[in-house]
This record gives sequence, C-alpha cells and structure tokens, in this order.
Amino acid sequence: MDVLVVGAGPAGLAAAAGLASAGAGAVEVLERESAPGGALRYLRSPGPGLPLGGPGYARWLTTAALRAGAVLRTGVSATGWADLPDTGAGPGPGAVETTGPGGLERITARAVVLATGARERPRSARLVPGTRPAGVLTTGELLRSVELFGQRVGERAVVVGGGPVARRAVLALRRSGTEVAAVVAEEAVGGWRRSAGGLGGPVPLLRGARVTGLAGRGRLSGVAVAGPDGRTAVLGCDTVVFTGDWVPDQVLARYGGVVLDPGTGGPAVDAGFRTSAPGVFAVGNTLHAVERAPSAAAEGRAVAGPVLDFLRGGGPWPAGPVPVRVAGPLRWAVPNLLVPGAAAPDAVRLRALRPLPRPVVVEVRQDGRLLARHRLRSPLGPDRSASLPGGWVDRVDPAGGPVRIAVR
Amino acid sequence: MVVVGAGVVGAAIARELARHPLRIAVLDAAEDVGEGSSKANTAILHTGFDAVPGTLEARLVREGHRLLTAYAAETGIPVEPVGALLVAWDGTQLAALPALAAKAEANGHRTTRLIDADELYTREPHLGPGALGALEVPGESLICPWTTVLAYAVQAVRAGVDLHLNCRLEGVTEDVSGTGTVHELLSSRGRLRTRYLVNAAGLYTDEVDRLLGYRDFTVTPRRGQLLVFDAFARSLVRHILLPVPTALGKGVLVAPTVHGKVLLGPTAEDLDPSEKTATGSTQEGTARLREQGARILPELVAEEVTAVYAGLRAATGQEDYRITAHPGRRCVTVGGIRSTGLTASLAIARHVAGLLADTGLDLDPGAVRPLPPVRMPNLGEAFPRPYADARLIAADPAYGTVVCHCERVTLGEIRDALASELPPVSPGGLLRRTRALAGRCQGFACGAAVRALLEGAAR
Ligand SMILES: Cc1cc2nc3c(=O)[nH]c(=O)nc-3n(C[C@H](O)[C@H](O)[C@H](O)COP(=O)(O)OP(=O)(O)OC[C@H]3O[C@@H](n4cnc5c(N)ncnc54)[C@H](O)[C@@H]3O)c2cc1C
Ligand SMILES: Cc1cc2nc3c(=O)[nH]c(=O)nc-3n(C[C@H](O)[C@H](O)[C@H](O)COP(=O)(O)OP(=O)(O)OC[C@H]3O[C@@H](n4cnc5c(N)ncnc54)[C@H](O)[C@@H]3O)c2cc1C
Repeated sequence: MDVLVVGAGPAGLAAAAGLASAGAGAVEVLERESAPGGALRYLRSPGPGLPLGGPGYARWLTTAALRAGAVLRTGVSATGWADLPDTGAGPGPGAVETTGPGGLERITARAVVLATGARERPRSARLVPGTRPAGVLTTGELLRSVELFGQRVGERAVVVGGGPVARRAVLALRRSGTEVAAVVAEEAVGGWRRSAGGLGGPVPLLRGARVTGLAGRGRLSGVAVAGPDGRTAVLGCDTVVFTGDWVPDQVLARYGGVVLDPGTGGPAVDAGFRTSAPGVFAVGNTLHAVERAPSAAAEGRAVAGPVLDFLRGGGPWPAGPVPVRVAGPLRWAVPNLLVPGAAAPDAVRLRALRPLPRPVVVEVRQDGRLLARHRLRSPLGPDRSASLPGGWVDRVDPAGGPVRIAVR
Repeated sequence: MVVVGAGVVGAAIARELARHPLRIAVLDAAEDVGEGSSKANTAILHTGFDAVPGTLEARLVREGHRLLTAYAAETGIPVEPVGALLVAWDGTQLAALPALAAKAEANGHRTTRLIDADELYTREPHLGPGALGALEVPGESLICPWTTVLAYAVQAVRAGVDLHLNCRLEGVTEDVSGTGTVHELLSSRGRLRTRYLVNAAGLYTDEVDRLLGYRDFTVTPRRGQLLVFDAFARSLVRHILLPVPTALGKGVLVAPTVHGKVLLGPTAEDLDPSEKTATGSTQEGTARLREQGARILPELVAEEVTAVYAGLRAATGQEDYRITAHPGRRCVTVGGIRSTGLTASLAIARHVAGLLADTGLDLDPGAVRPLPPVRMPNLGEAFPRPYADARLIAADPAYGTVVCHCERVTLGEIRDALASELPPVSPGGLLRRTRALAGRCQGFACGAAVRALLEGAAR
C-alpha cells in the first residue's frame, strides 16, 4: 500500500481522488461507517457551503475517488497503531490496526492521511448539571436520527447554541414534527430573523441566556435557563439539543503519539499538512473544528502534492518546526507549524472564541520581534475564520521561539 | 419467598436463596435491575481495611471481598487488583497513616505498608506536587458494578427466580387465618402472597419497613457526585488514590475504572430523607471536584469528561449496616448498606440466608442445588474484547462491526444483550450491558443507530 487515508468524509475522499489521479500508487480509504461521505451523509438540506445539500456532494466526491482508482472500504475502523517508528520499525508511519467484519488487519502504508473529522462536545463534557435523562442530544445525533433513520426524537425541544449548526437543528426538529420551544444562545448571534422563513417560521430565540441544568427522571422534563439578567426559568421539554462546541476527532492521532496543537486540539500541521509523525498527514476538520465541507475537500486535494513529494523521497521529514501560538480572544491558527525553508503557507487561518467587532488588527511576533501587523478583511468569530496572508513567514527565525499571533 | 429490591443486594440475596427449592420472586419498582445506588458508585471492590473493627459491616466487607473476587473470576466480571494508595498531602494526614495501618491490622489486613514520597512519585509519576507519603493497601480492586448486578440477576433467573420489574411494593397486610402469618403484598402490578419477605429496598428500606409496621431507622441519602474522565486519562494513574480521612473531613478519590477511564469523586452531601431521588449533579459539586482533582492529578482535569453522575448512600445515622430479622413476622430488613454494599453483597446474601433460616425458613443443606453457570460479556479493558478478537470475528462477523466507536462496542454484543434473558429496555440499560454510548461523543456518532437497534428489539 502506498497511501492509507483514514476517514471518507469530504477531506478523505478528496485526498484519495487527488492522490490516485496524481499517480501516488495504491491508495485506499478506510471508513468506519457503512457508507462514505462523513457528515455530508446527513446534511440533507442545503446550507452555507452546501448549495445542493450534502448527500449529492458525497456521491460526487466518492465517484471522483473511485474513478481515479482509489479503493474505498467501508465498515472498517482504524483502532490504533502497531510498530510505531520509535519501536524500531524505521522511517515512515507505523502500521494502522483495523477492525471490520472481515477481521483484524495491520495495514502498512508508506504514507497515512488522517481525515477523521470533528464532533460536537456533548452535555457531559460541558458539565451541564442536573439529572441524566434520555432525550439529550447533539446536532450530529439529531441529524442522523432524522435523516438516516427517520426517527422522531421527541415532542418539544430546546436547542442550545446560536451558530449555523443550531439552524440545522431547528430545521431538522421541525421537519420531523418536534416543536422547538426555544433556542438558547449565549452569544448574541445575528441572522435568525432573516432565516426564519427557511426555518419554517420565527424562532423563539433567548439571546444571552444559558442552560444551567437538566431535569427529569427517565426522560427529560425540562431545562433550566438563566437569562442575561441572572433570572432563571425552567422550560418544559422532552428533548434538548446541544449544538456546536466542536472538537477534532483526534483519537487515532493521539494513539499514534502525534503532537496536538493546543489551540485546535487536533494534530499540529505545517503548510503541507505534515504532522509531527513521519509519513503521517492530516486534513479536514480533524485539524480545525470546524470548517465548511468545501474547505475540508480543498485541503484533501491540497495534500496530494506534499504526499507525493514524500513518497518520491523529497527530503527528510521536517524536524523542529516553529510552532504558531495564538493568544485570546483568538482560539486557533492553522497551519500551526512553520518549517523554515519549506513552502510557506499562502495564509494562516484564524478563529476566535467569540465574535470580534471589526476592524480586527492582528500582530505576529516572534520572541517579541514584530513580524507583521495586519487588518483582517473578513469578520472573525467562533464559527467563521479569517485569513492572515503569510507574507511574513520568510522572516521567521528557524532557531527562534514560537510565533505568536495576537489581537491588537 | 419475596425479595423487595433488585439492586446488588437484593439480587445477591435472590441468587443465594435460589440454591434452595423455594419459590422466589424479586420485585423492583424500576424498569431494570440495578437502577438504584447500585449503578452509581465508585466501583471499588474494597478490602474493608478502614471499616470500624468489630462491626457487621467490617466482617461482611472482608468476607464479601473474598467471595466476590472468586465469583468474578468464575463469571467473567472484570476485576483489576490495582491496590490503593492513601496519599497524605499535609502533616496531619501523614501523621494519621500509622493509625490507619493499625486499624487495617485490626480488620485482619496485615499487608499495608507506609511508603515515602520518593517511592510514591516513582509509582505515581503524574501525581501533583506536595504529596508527603502514602499508605499502600494491596487488594483494593476495581470492579464493574453493572456486570455484577446483572450476573447475580441472570443467575437467579436461570435458577428459576421470578423477576418482576416495574413492580413497586405499595402495601403489606397480614393474613393470620392459616398456619402462621402470610404476607399479602400489594404492588403496582397486583397482589402477591408470601410467607417470607426480605426488604432490600436500598434507600427505601425505611419506607418498606413502615409498610410492615417497623420504624427502626430513617434513611438519609448522602449524595456522592462523580466525574468520569476519558480513556486518555487512564495512563495517568496506576492505583486507586484514596484520601486520608481526618477530623477535618474526607477528601475525594481518583481511581481508574475497569472500563479504562478515570473516576474523580465522590462528594459527600447529606440530603433530606425526602430527597431519595436527588441524583442530579450540581455546578458547585463538579466545580469542587475539579479543584480537588487538579491538586491530586493535575493532568487529569485537562482530559474530556465523559460522564457526570451522582449516587445516594443509604445513611441511617449508625456506622454500620442495619440488618435485622423479625422472626415472628418471617421477614428480614437489609438496611443501611451504605458505601460498601457492592463489595459485601455476596456476604450479605449469605448472612441474610442464615437469618431467614433462624426465622424458620427451611434451608436444608441436603437439598441445595448447584446454581446454573453464567458467563458474562466482558466490559473490561484489561481483558479481551470482541472488537479485538480475530477468532470471534471469524466465527461471527457481527463482532467485527463496530457500532459505538468511542467504546468499540460491536453489533454482535448489542445483539446478544438485546436477546439475553434480561434484555435492556433503555439506552442506559444497554450501556450497562455493553458500554455502548458511554464514550466521549455520547451518541454524536452512534446514538441514532443504537436507538434504532433498541426500537427494533422492542417491536
Ligand atoms: C451537524 C453538522 C452540520 C454541518 N453543517 C454544514 C453546512 O451547513 N455547510 C458546510 O459546508 N458544512 C457543514 N458541516 C461541516 C461539514 O460537514 C464538514 O466540514 C465536513 O464534513 C468535514 O469533512 P471531514 O472529511 O474533515 O470530516 P467528516 O465529514 O466528519 O468525515 C470524517 C469521517 O472519518 C470517519 N472516521 C473517523 N474516525 C475513523 C476511524 N478511526 N476509522 C475509520 N473511519 C473513521 C468518520 O466516520 C467520518 O465518516 C456540518 C457538520 C455537522 C456535523
Ligand atoms: C457515591 C457512592 C459510591 C459508592 N462506592 C462504592 C464502592 O466503591 N464499593 C462498594 O462496594 N460500594 C459502594 N457504594 C455502595 C453501594 O453502591 C451500595 O451499598 C449498594 O449499591 C446498595 O445496593 P442496594 O441493593 O441495597 O440498593 P439499591 O441499588 O438502591 O437497590 C434498591 C432497589 O430497591 C428498589 N425499591 C425501592 N423501593 C421499592 C419498592 N417499594 N418496591 C419495589 N422496589 C423498590 C429500587 O428500585 C432499587 O432498585 C457506593 C455508593 C455510593 C452512593
């Protein structure tokens, strides 16, 4: 095997298509679900970045990968690594261990591309107090239930969060016959009134409110909500959907000892999607939770070049890259490793913890030395990233400390 | 013979009595076995080193540890004998260790040992700074509390015990017309007559006692909240890290679980006797636990929390169990099984059988039958699991079809649970039988598929 791609979402499928058509040799994609497409499978209705909806896009990406000659295997989970390089197996990634109905395997490839996507943090990780009844979901679970299994999840629901994914939750709930009691959005986010038509009517939005507890035994009976004035009320409902609060699915990377970026929580990568582990690349939302599907696919296509270079012996794996760190209110930067001498990133994508009022001016420094000051052109927030052009990367001192990006 | 309550204690009693040619029914108000305190504890098989010497609890915990260790090996309940370290963080705690060692000795545990800070940090390299030393208690073990209750209940059912779930005992009257009294039980599912009655209703033993006319004690729930950290935390800790109890109170423990995660807790909050269902977590509780956890194992709190839960200990204002026989009425109350009932369950069951014999129940040793064997599905990380078992998958590919990816639970295991003699009726019930939904994503990836399987089985 030349390249093993783990995960058949848009990033993995596009990577496989790009690699197979560029002549990377034997390219195989593993997908633990029964069908390819990743999150696209259940993003049935159109949305930002998905003008025609997800499933058609997934089919198109799958066909492109297969036509290019990549092999796709569904129902196979990558569970860990064997023969990691530091156990003496030499250069290149270790073997990937898999489980599937056909049995256990150890797949050795010359390069591995991790494209395992992202997920929402559930109620437990958010430490929302209260009882532990049924009826507590994330948007991912809700959409799968409604779109893939035709389930109706409850009678009356509260949606937590105000980002784009909350809109999808509202739509899916209403379409499957569940009343939306309220959308509880801690961050004041815009656009809800404008999109009311597309969501099947006005949305009862509680801005600046937050969920302080769940009640109910067996089944959820209500959600306690604190308003901006500190007053609390209990909203009766049998379902609550926690939306957003994305984290990369980095389990396989972590088992492989791949260094994670403290900002994204996903594998740290350079402009060529190279992780800290020789021969291991990463693309898509496992790098940055969460970007839109076309951007995940674009990363998949873009990884083909660096992987081919590596397969053709294009120089040693970068050692000692300079990390890129962000300071609050910035949340992450990608790529977050800079390799002196290697191709510089055209731009670094930035994300913030909360919506930042424009204009946002960021400063890039290394060991106190100012490398760049830049006014970002697009708005920046928890659900939107902005591009910082990479013209300053040449000035990074390869022997210096981390590059730090901060809002001025 | 009727046992009220199918927690770990009631199920163990039913199993013990099932060796004898008796007609036995177990009633539980809940929809599944083990839905009370038995599903929400710290999952430790205690040695009883710190029990109050001379109490019934001290004896039954010591005996229970031995019995359950053997039973677990026989039935496939995962147990990991990792041992405990009582970590001293200040001079007062350090000074308290020798007395604890002496208490352990009084309880028959002679293998405890004081270790200094150097050895402590060698054995627990991720421990936070400032620990001064520890008392090592070999034998303290991790156990799966869910599998334990299920093993007892399945074995009892296989031996012919009738299990009535969704069946709350609501009234008791006595029929004195025949030879000796007969209890007429009024339950939410109808009437039942029995000559012998065991009250193993956990937090509600006082209320069931009232139905019988006894007012010996009141159960005051003592809530314990706990946090479960994701599998990546497991490598941070090797032993059960226990707090040293001092006059100023008791801290919290950090312990691995057999499911490959790490527990932090429990809190100890005295509630009102009326708050027997107050199993919610609170913001203050979890915040305080995280604070305490950050001191014990700083890296722990950076990991993802996969569950927050709370259990209620059945405190009765006495530092011991309250197991009482009422010979004239042919009933036994098994109350005050506070924070050691999982460990002591098999010994409690034997003790209760003895008490029943004293009240006249015929437990002829000559008529004892061997219990039908049980082998439980393994939920423990330290033992082979189906997703990693090539031979099993070759024999049945359903064991290679992973449904819950975080916990690596396969279609074969879910199918087996749904087809078992004690099938789950809720996602929580399936979780306790398979670990499905117990992971970091909490159903983001597999919740819908699991619900479809459960609903399919219900049809
Ligand atoms: C609820 C929701 C709403 C969204 N709405 C929009 C929208 O409106 N517009 C938009 O553009 N984008 C939207 N997105 C984001 C979009 O879906 C993602 O950007 C895109 O799917 C990311 O692609 P990916 O390939 O990185 O990851 P994913 O699509 O998540 O694919 C990752 C794949 O890897 C597989 N995998 C993971 N681990 C393993 C393993 N160990 N072994 C084998 N396989 C593995 C997974 O099963 C999955 O199929 C939404 C996402 C969600 C979840
Ligand atoms: C936070 C915490 C940590 C603990 N840690 C440990 C530990 O590490 N090790 C250990 O050994 N022990 C531990 N324990 C103690 C252990 O969990 C309990 O002692 C044990 O579970 C008690 O079992 P039980 O069967 O008596 O009660 P329960 O499990 O509560 O069962 C009682 C059952 O009776 C039923 N019932 C009640 N009333 C009626 C009625 N009227 N009719 C029908 N059914 C009724 C209930 O539905 C319930 O299922 C801990 C407890 C807590 C709370």
